[in-house]
Amino acid sequence: MTEFDLAQTSLRELNQALHEPGVSGSWRVTNPRGAHAVAVGIDAPVEVDIEGHVGYYCAGMNKRATVVVHGNAGPGVAENMMSGEVRVKGDASQGAGATGCGGLLVIDGNASARCGISMKGIDIVVKGSVGHLSAFMAQAGNLVVLGDAGEALGDSIYEAKLYVRGAVTSLGADCIEKPLRDEHKAELRALLGAAGLNGAVEVGSFRRYGSARKLYQFHIDNIGSY
Amino acid sequence: MGAPDRWIHTPPRKSASFDDAAIAEIRRAAATGIYDIRGAGAKRKLPHFDDLLFLGASISRYPLEGYREKCGTDVTIGTRYASKPITLKIPVTIAGMSFGSLSAQAKEALGRGASTVGTSTTTGDGGMTNEERQHSSILVYQVLPSRYGMNPDDLRRADAIEVVVGQGAKPGGGGMLLGQKISKRVAEMRVLPEGIDQRSACRHPDWTGPDDLEIKIHELREITDWEKPVYVKVGASRPYYDTALAVKAGADAVVMDGMQGGTAATQDVFIENVGIPTLAAIPPAVQALQELGQHRKVQLIVSGGIRNGADAAKALALGADAVSIGTAALIALGDNDPHFEEEYRALGTTAGAYDDWHEGRDPVGITTQDPVLAARLDPVLAGRKLANFLSVMALEVQTIARACGKSHVHNLEPEDLVALTVEAAAMARVPLAGTNWIPGAGK
Repeated sequence: MTEFDLAQTSLRELNQALHEPGVSGSWRVTNPRGAHAVAVGIDAPVEVDIEGHVGYYCAGMNKRATVVVHGNAGPGVAENMMSGEVRVKGDASQGAGATGCGGLLVIDGNASARCGISMKGIDIVVKGSVGHLSAFMAQAGNLVVLGDAGEALGDSIYEAKLYVRGAVTSLGADCIEKPLRDEHKAELRALLGAAGLNGAVEVGSFRRYGSARKLYQFHIDNIGSY
Repeated sequence: MGAPDRWIHTPPRKSASFDDAAIAEIRRAAATGIYDIRGAGAKRKLPHFDDLLFLGASISRYPLEGYREKCGTDVTIGTRYASKPITLKIPVTIAGMSFGSLSAQAKEALGRGASTVGTSTTTGDGGMTNEERQHSSILVYQVLPSRYGMNPDDLRRADAIEVVVGQGAKPGGGGMLLGQKISKRVAEMRVLPEGIDQRSACRHPDWTGPDDLEIKIHELREITDWEKPVYVKVGASRPYYDTALAVKAGADAVVMDGMQGGTAATQDVFIENVGIPTLAAIPPAVQALQELGQHRKVQLIVSGGIRNGADAAKALALGADAVSIGTAALIALGDNDPHFEEEYRALGTTAGAYDDWHEGRDPVGITTQDPVLAARLDPVLAGRKLANFLSVMALEVQTIARACGKSHVHNLEPEDLVALTVEAAAMARVPLAGTNWIPGAGK
């Protein structure tokens, strides 16, 4: 176990150490005290436990690492993640998993606005609710919400899949409800299992949303949707 | 029979307001129901570098010998924070243009040309290709709102990072790449369905405003271990405040792109009516840097309508550290070549006016993803032409600098300049030629 106390050591030293070639094993970071850019740019199979709240962009652009935030996360947690896992034990602010290309982001609490904005392949499981404009322009990947979703869910969505168990305040432009078929249930079951919810939630209780694909080609008759 | 008709009719007179272009656009809009989309930058007449002149040497200023005395052209970018600043041999860089809007051959040619003369190229909205990394000795990687193709590996293999807030052709506008150019490879790089009309966001997905930008830049530096220079690119609109805010946010360099700066595809109404001319953007940006004590420490790179060494020299004299070219670089590669006039006519245009870059039917093979058209561009030959053009630009800047007695192009200064028009004098903050009057200077 490698320990870093951010009350004693700078953030720069932590991130530099995590970027060293061949880095591995378990890391424990204490006293993050809302610091930004904690454990960003890792490209190694390490496990990082952060004991406390973090600011913006925790675990940004993560590859291969497992980063667990034992607290709340500020905006853009796991932004542009490529692979690996990021888990937030508390709540996450806006833009959680923004533009993520791969890996798994699990938020035990709620996520704020624009969760999964421009997501490009990441899987996101939010055990609470998500705010407005979540999955805005979402291109690929899955967003699973056990609670509710705010206004304009999936606005201008491309090919990402959205699963919501609770209420959806409204759907955004070109986002529609779609049938939850067996293959979707299997996918959902796997995602819930990866999030540590094996058998805890009935997959049939979710509704699936995705793109109507009507805005893929600009047409003047759709002008009201833009 | 009365008097002949010619006695009672006045000659046909066209309206200055409803000129041929205005009428044609009304007809086009009425017929199609959609705004006009095109490439390139503002085509309207604007106060520009042509409206400035250098004074040259005189009794009180002596010149340098053209072929004997040294006149440096190098520029180092990233000295503020980056542990690995980049040094360019000439103060002219290649602006960001995406693979997708341009063919792979064109991107390769840009890399070849720039590398030959020791300057940088820039990626674009769509990510970095291996070809451009391979052929660009110094490559700037753009971080754009869409984050198409964004990944930490490319961030780390870039030589510098450019956070794009906006561009001169469309400050406040997002990207646009129509379906004709979303080929299989382009679609895969951007994680989009093939052939769709791609919409790019106009705002970044994970930050808003100057305080967030500071945190975003900090994150990018942490990811890349503070090695890379970080630029902030803005479309010229509020250059004084945007420059100051970029400095405050921790930028190593500010890229200021005026409204003559090109785009791959944007609404004509946007290109012609939003933003300010390049000339008007430089003095406020320089003023902001000077007031913050950061002039020549945070480098200022100016782009938008730079066509030759004279334009570059004038931008440098007003306080820029370097200039960036896009449209001029494409022309150097062969864009709008009269040799293809017949094909331009078939597209309803003429060489020199072709701007439907979004349609992907470029006869020269530059602004296309059509493999047959793209194959027409020889990257080696086109790269050679670009290298020639860049060399000429550098020689022209040196010629002017020596005439003004400067041993380095960065020693050019506003005092070397006068303006031909009141408008240019006011914008550039240099005197009207033959006077000591700078409009707006309170003298």
